[in-house]
Amino acid sequence: MNDDISALPEITITTLLNGIPHAIAVIDRDLKIVVINEFLEALTGLALTDVKGLYVDFVLRSNIAGRGRTFREVLDTGEAVVLEGDIVGRDRRKIPMQFTISPLRNSREETIALMIVLDDLSATVAASGLVQDVDETDSIIGQSPKMREVFDLIPLMAHTEASVLITGETGTGKDKVAEAIHKRSSRANKPFIKINCGALPESLLESELFGYVKGAFTGANKDKPGMFRLAQGGTLFLTEIGDMPLPLQVKLLSVLDDREFFPLGGEKKVKVDVRIIAATHRPLKKRVAAGEFREDLYYRLNVLHLHLPPLRERETDTRFLLNHFLRTFAERTGNDIKTFSDEALKLLMSYAFPGNIRELRNIVEYGVNICQGRQIEVENLPKYLLSRLAPISPVPREPASPPEAESVPSPPRMEADRDWQAIEKDLIINTLTQTRGNRSKAAEILGWGRTTLWRKLKTHGLVTSTESSNT
Amino acid sequence: MKILLTVQDNSIAPRFDQATEVIIAEDDGPQRLAEPRTIILPHRSAEELSDLIVKEGIECVVCGGIEDSFHKFFTWKKIIVIDGIIGSHAEALQRVLAGELRPGMILPSAREETK
Repeated sequence: MNDDISALPEITITTLLNGIPHAIAVIDRDLKIVVINEFLEALTGLALTDVKGLYVDFVLRSNIAGRGRTFREVLDTGEAVVLEGDIVGRDRRKIPMQFTISPLRNSREETIALMIVLDDLSATVAASGLVQDVDETDSIIGQSPKMREVFDLIPLMAHTEASVLITGETGTGKDKVAEAIHKRSSRANKPFIKINCGALPESLLESELFGYVKGAFTGANKDKPGMFRLAQGGTLFLTEIGDMPLPLQVKLLSVLDDREFFPLGGEKKVKVDVRIIAATHRPLKKRVAAGEFREDLYYRLNVLHLHLPPLRERETDTRFLLNHFLRTFAERTGNDIKTFSDEALKLLMSYAFPGNIRELRNIVEYGVNICQGRQIEVENLPKYLLSRLAPISPVPREPASPPEAESVPSPPRMEADRDWQAIEKDLIINTLTQTRGNRSKAAEILGWGRTTLWRKLKTHGLVTSTESSNT
Repeated sequence: MKILLTVQDNSIAPRFDQATEVIIAEDDGPQRLAEPRTIILPHRSAEELSDLIVKEGIECVVCGGIEDSFHKFFTWKKIIVIDGIIGSHAEALQRVLAGELRPGMILPSAREETK
């Protein structure tokens, strides 16, 4: 037998290797390709004629080579090894593989080459659940083209450490998207901490975010770590970032830049490794122009931008979501409700859902609880729907905001906006009258969060001056 | 144009996610490029490397094998990706500056550089 593997009749080896249903490479003692079979050609997208004589690492694109160390060890010891790893294939797919590296010996038992046999483990790994291909976005529902774009972007955003800014109207699912990004990121097994920047007064928000040391102020009886430290290694989700007071914006920017800060009253800097995801329903660019939001912080947060479309722009999703929530709540409550009546469906489909999915969900939940029959009728829907329907239905549909442009679409027209403001004010008053002033109940009926209701109360001048000055 | 090449010794690293060294070069048109700088990464991480690419404002990435999700991410960020390159990083850079580098190219230097 010849001592030089490359001197063997190539046709014979290739024919032989092509008869084995595995991807195979034979390499010489210099770790250069002597031959690859057609299965490996298909996997890598590289032809034998092009790769012959190339260093094996560049052809296999595996994670096991360790700059050839693994192969050299087999050459040195003469012992075959079996390793698990992966390769990046022709179609840019990472494929889990089992690599069997065996020495090829001459008649004097000297190792003259190595044979690498690759076994595709995709099926095995998927079956044992090692591949985390679970749809983390399963709680975010939609099938419209705009939502498909969002679903495509979530894993991409999870792949980076950069800050993400999520914009979208209230009730569009900003929180769920933030959580989905975190769960798909490398920080998934670390904390995901959410804080609402619009819900707390400045001083309280500062201590919540950055913590304080014992004795920092009256009542600070012990150290408090703060959200930044609690989220160490994970993700901090700052919702309603547009409502963050200016002085705190400065401190946040400094933390984002330096990755360290002084807790309130502290003398020692605390280092943090936290990824920031921020969300807002406010048009941040306009707030920057108005001097209400720091421009530098805006650009710092807006490294990656994701805009969630309002329900009225998600064409096919309204019907889909109505059915989805109907099924969910019917199952949960044990009701035998199967569908909506034609009239109820017509009413719902012509409604604009200013509170977006949150409102739609609440309306369906209300209907399922009220309905006594097998299908939800118009009278089983919240009464305010009827009163709001007429003026809202002709709301013109805005073209989608481009992803990199101003995120939150402004209301369609000034006149329509003025009408809507009046309607919204009436609606809030009516609902509060109905709940006898109970804001939690009113928020629930309206399909808004308590914070949203509070904000709208302030906007419409429906809070007393004492209440207003307390916030 | 700001170009990043993932490297292993004198070659383009076989895999993006396994790279521990990158070269960043800036081409200012006819003025030629400033001295390329080398960055040693603390560990292998495609996520951290992606982060670096975004933060550095890289416009073109030259690499070996890269996973589809990263390729899509860069494309979405309007970063050109020339992947599947086999050969020396010097030749790859020269060719990308000349507008002659295409994905999947095996450069002549690949045979000279191989160990």
